Amino acid sequence: MEHIVIIGNGISGITAARHIRKLSDKKITIISAETEHFFSRTALMYIYMGHMKYEHTKPYEDWFWKKNRIDLKFGFVKTIDTATNTLHFDNSETLQYDKLIVSTGSKSNKFGWKGQDLDGVIGLYSKQDLDQLEALAPNKEVCQRAVVVGGGLIGIELTEMLHTRNIPVTLLVREDNFWDGVLPLGDAQMINRHIKNHGIDLRLKSNLKEISADENGRANAVIIEETSETISCNLVGLTAGVTPNIDMIKTTGIETDSGVLVNRYLETNIEHIYAIGDCAQQREPIGNRKPVEAVWYTGRMMGETVAQTICGNRIPYNPGHWFNSAKFFDIEYQTYGWVFAKPKEGHAHFHWKHDDDTKSITIEYHESSNEFLGINTFGIRMKHEVFDRWLTEKRTADYVMEHLKEANFDPEFYKTFERNILNSYSKQFITT
Amino acid sequence: MSLAKPDSQALSKTQKIGVAIGVIGLFIMTLAFFNVNFPNKTLFLTLSLVMITLGTIIFSNNAYLTKHEGIKNDGVWFKSIASRGFWGWILGIVLTLFYIVLYFKAEWFGLAGKGEANTGLIALFDPLSYLLSGGPASQWFVYGTLYTVAILIFGYKFILKYRHNKHERIRTYSVMFFQLGFAFLIPEFMARMNSDSFHLPYYDLKNIWPLNYYNFDQYRVNDFISSGTIGLALLIFGIASIFIITPILTYKYGKRWYCSWVCGCGGLAETAGDPFRHLSDKSQFAWKVERWVVHSVVVFVTLMTTAVIYSYLGDDSSKYWLTKNVFLIGVATLLTVVFALVMIFKRQELAKDAQYGAIGYFVIIIVLIGMHYFSGTKNVFLVDTSFLKSSYGFLIGAIFSGVIGVGFYPIFGNRVWCRFGCPMAAVLGFQQRLFSKFRITTNGGQCISCGNCSTYCEMGIDVRAYAQKGENIVRSSCVGCGICAAVCPRGVLKLENDSMKGRINSNDILLGNDVNLMDLVNQK
Repeated sequence: MEHIVIIGNGISGITAARHIRKLSDKKITIISAETEHFFSRTALMYIYMGHMKYEHTKPYEDWFWKKNRIDLKFGFVKTIDTATNTLHFDNSETLQYDKLIVSTGSKSNKFGWKGQDLDGVIGLYSKQDLDQLEALAPNKEVCQRAVVVGGGLIGIELTEMLHTRNIPVTLLVREDNFWDGVLPLGDAQMINRHIKNHGIDLRLKSNLKEISADENGRANAVIIEETSETISCNLVGLTAGVTPNIDMIKTTGIETDSGVLVNRYLETNIEHIYAIGDCAQQREPIGNRKPVEAVWYTGRMMGETVAQTICGNRIPYNPGHWFNSAKFFDIEYQTYGWVFAKPKEGHAHFHWKHDDDTKSITIEYHESSNEFLGINTFGIRMKHEVFDRWLTEKRTADYVMEHLKEANFDPEFYKTFERNILNSYSKQFITT
Repeated sequence: MSLAKPDSQALSKTQKIGVAIGVIGLFIMTLAFFNVNFPNKTLFLTLSLVMITLGTIIFSNNAYLTKHEGIKNDGVWFKSIASRGFWGWILGIVLTLFYIVLYFKAEWFGLAGKGEANTGLIALFDPLSYLLSGGPASQWFVYGTLYTVAILIFGYKFILKYRHNKHERIRTYSVMFFQLGFAFLIPEFMARMNSDSFHLPYYDLKNIWPLNYYNFDQYRVNDFISSGTIGLALLIFGIASIFIITPILTYKYGKRWYCSWVCGCGGLAETAGDPFRHLSDKSQFAWKVERWVVHSVVVFVTLMTTAVIYSYLGDDSSKYWLTKNVFLIGVATLLTVVFALVMIFKRQELAKDAQYGAIGYFVIIIVLIGMHYFSGTKNVFLVDTSFLKSSYGFLIGAIFSGVIGVGFYPIFGNRVWCRFGCPMAAVLGFQQRLFSKFRITTNGGQCISCGNCSTYCEMGIDVRAYAQKGENIVRSSCVGCGICAAVCPRGVLKLENDSMKGRINSNDILLGNDVNLMDLVNQK
């Protein structure tokens, strides 16, 4: 029986295993050095916030794996001998595979800051990171101030987490506005204000210069590049993005760049070895997508795809229209299609914001043809299926604005804003 | 390290004041329980109820209005009372003891014997009872008052907690209205209308058989019939409720129209019970237990009611058309029609469960035939029907719905009764699963499997298991409270009434991936 070994038990590796099981009787082993069972990484924040316990973040009960004949192995792979199809563990155990899926995920970015490896400096990606955070910042007496470095999705999550334990937080954002490499100005500025409204010390245009230590080698302050200001703190969160977790892969014959290089079939340069999820890097970017996509949904989609290939139906990874979502404190965010921070050449943006400063949308469309290209929606839930269809049908922005009601996904009885949005969209063309 | 507790569980100064005021209000009742005879009962009862209410309002205002609108689950699992800690167990024990005394030792609360006056706690409530119904209080009046107060004050708290969510606000106004009006005030006023010559059963009109398992008992039916047009109208309303009104509403809106908008048990669970909703067991094992237990209760209540009605009907068709045998044949016919329709039209959806349904059906039919052949006038199968009824009342009506159902809120969650025991919920759920427009829609491929929906589902449904497959949630137990949709951080879930077509839609490959692959894999 063919033995499929998967390194990493995150969403991509687990999805691959589940689909291989659905399609075949192959022997499947999943290896992890993080946790014994699959858990939802995106839910880590809720454990610290007290919304859930660790066991609630496990999408499948523990009996699921045995019942589906998916072997789980807790261990750390030290190296891969690609000539003999052998994995070597750090405790000198070995494991033979016939096909290998690398889905080792990401690790937190560190940009060579002075003090970045001190005690009291953490990232937020793994279960271990969370355990460390719990130890370092159980409450506001132990952790009197935290500094979070990085204005992106993980940075704001960590900020919100600490805030729920009443720990004062300074959030350092390198850019002019929160996540403005991705969000258009109107959206980004609304989130700026929302962050500040929660009492967060938001510092825009602020780079980390260095982290200083006390006599015990523990971080006790950060120094800001622009102002040379020193902010004393007990915890530093480095959340300036993630990078593929492939140090071990680099010691093997598998070709890597910033991630494990794969073709559209998610195959590496070595036969029978595949890479999926955060750690994979497309040799040729697909459409507007980045070559490395560290997103829950793309990890899942790659898992669904690679399972087909491994089970004899070789198909390329062919993601559909881009979508994503997040939550910034109390404001939910969804995006469908492409909305860039600044409209691409020949494109235009339409931005609408509610007076309460917690709801807004931005759409991007083609200026000459009026083709709808994408939407950001904040504080209003919208239907994935409807936007996916409109993007496929290449609807115009006018059409989308007129039919926006069909896409509404807010709970029943909620106030709707489609008319308001359409009015303001129409007005824009009268004045210009 | 373990000594360093998360800070968010601490109460603020204002919250402590709120708790203190509420506890003083409760203390007045405790004193009454220990037979302190207050001189002016009206004053002390008012004082007690006002302080309990005021304390809750002060607490809630400070807990929620000082923060931004949004989901308020911070520190839920760090709070002793909400995570089966010390205070959770204390509360559970106190509530359980309260129910045991209420059901089995009401004289300890001061219930008067014949010809005597109430004492203790029940006497404290006499002034209010005289005001409403014109008679002295009973243990049920005390219980009804406290129950209603709990729904109102914790409903207020819930509304503040979910003040950003209009669906939750409206739903809570609804349960508060139905409790205060239908469950509490109207029955008291109905009681006032009764006299020596006119005796109409006064009760919560929205309490429908089989939840109201005694609705068709002989004494009640006699009273209904002897109370003229209004009595007959109520009897017909009682029958129409379960056979006509309920099916129509459940078809249109799912069982939520009852369970989380109207029902008193649901009302308490959604308000006072809300802080315990995450304690429900989500394991597949619990689901199996749930299905066996709740459906056994349905079989039990159906047979019990049939036996009770059978026992008081006559044999002589010349006196009254509805005789023992006509009744049995009627019940059997109705069940056969329902069973046949389900098997013909919904067999596919039921799959393996169809076998269990068939077993349940045949058990009932055989018992009905047995009743015909082996029963005397007062007993069925040599078992006294009143014994059958009192066992049901004891096991299901008292122990299950009261002692376990509410007493164990802090241990098993707030919907134990609704999930495992309520025959009404099971009947509505059966219909919701098969003949209803209601479902929880999943939003394409947006689920991140975080687990908030499953954790906060009071019915113990593993919502995430469906959401992460892009599958709509169509579960018989879902009471449609809407909290899964509220706590979802990615806007994945929505409660809706839509067409029956494509209501159940499991997907192996989710929206967002290769369209051809989705077609290939999802085609069933």
